[in-house]
Amino acid sequence: MSKLVRMDNTGHTTLAEWRADDPEAIERAVAAFRAELDRGFFAMVSTGPGHAEQVRELPVDAELVIMRLPISGG
Amino acid sequence: MAGEVLPEVAGVHWRARMDARRLRMLGRLWTVTTVAHVVPFLGAAAALLALQPLTFPVAVVCVAHAWIIPELYAQRGANVVRPRRRGDGEAERNALGLLGDLFDHAARDLHARTGLVLERGALGTWLVGEAGALLVTDGGRRVACWCVHVKEPNLPSADRVAHLLLALRADEQGFATVANLAFSGARWRVRRRLPAEMLPALDVARSSPNVGASFTLR
Repeated sequence: MSKLVRMDNTGHTTLAEWRADDPEAIERAVAAFRAELDRGFFAMVSTGPGHAEQVRELPVDAELVIMRLPISGG
Repeated sequence: MAGEVLPEVAGVHWRARMDARRLRMLGRLWTVTTVAHVVPFLGAAAALLALQPLTFPVAVVCVAHAWIIPELYAQRGANVVRPRRRGDGEAERNALGLLGDLFDHAARDLHARTGLVLERGALGTWLVGEAGALLVTDGGRRVACWCVHVKEPNLPSADRVAHLLLALRADEQGFATVANLAFSGARWRVRRRLPAEMLPALDVARSSPNVGASFTLR
């Protein structure tokens, strides 16, 4: 089961869960994913120890997709 | 770490992208600045004593300035990882669960003890806090202190760390470009100013195998 989560003031919120063989769940996850991108979040996927990648389309085969806010120096 | 440029870099387009050479140059600049603050005060103290021993109190003030100014810079550096006030307990636990999924057992243990996440990068070894990060380089002798955070005041502490960690893992050089360099100098200067619970993290980072791999002071 893959998960789309958003880091927020509750710790994190699960926005969608899907399996690769469930097109309807994938469709809902893609919609949730795009809505978060429109809100200014960035999507991140871990790609191994010490590695992460920003993605612009929902990677259906990823186990965990994390939405994060922009960072800045300060 | 992946090759894609961090999108936040576009917000600081006037900055040169950080790399090992630029990091080395900035480190030297910090050393020169420190020397430029210390030497005149020490010179003035020596000159005063040589010219008129009765100026001893003024010479002491000069020496104090020579000591205090670099200490204040180091304090500013250490402040980047100083823990912030914790919020809602359940949110913290949720955030901690997600953060814990991002690293291995040893790093999880270190974070639980110190509040810092150790991450080995190409520029050196990073210690990521909730509103900044320390970069240990030069065989563990130098620490660069970076002020960088996520602009959402209500996020739990662990989520703040996770934001920085994911950005760092996606583009280390971009992360260092976006972050503001608050201090770069000797590890011992920063160590003296860190909260006691964070010291083990700095010691582990110092002994990390890649602290001098790409950044050696000449």
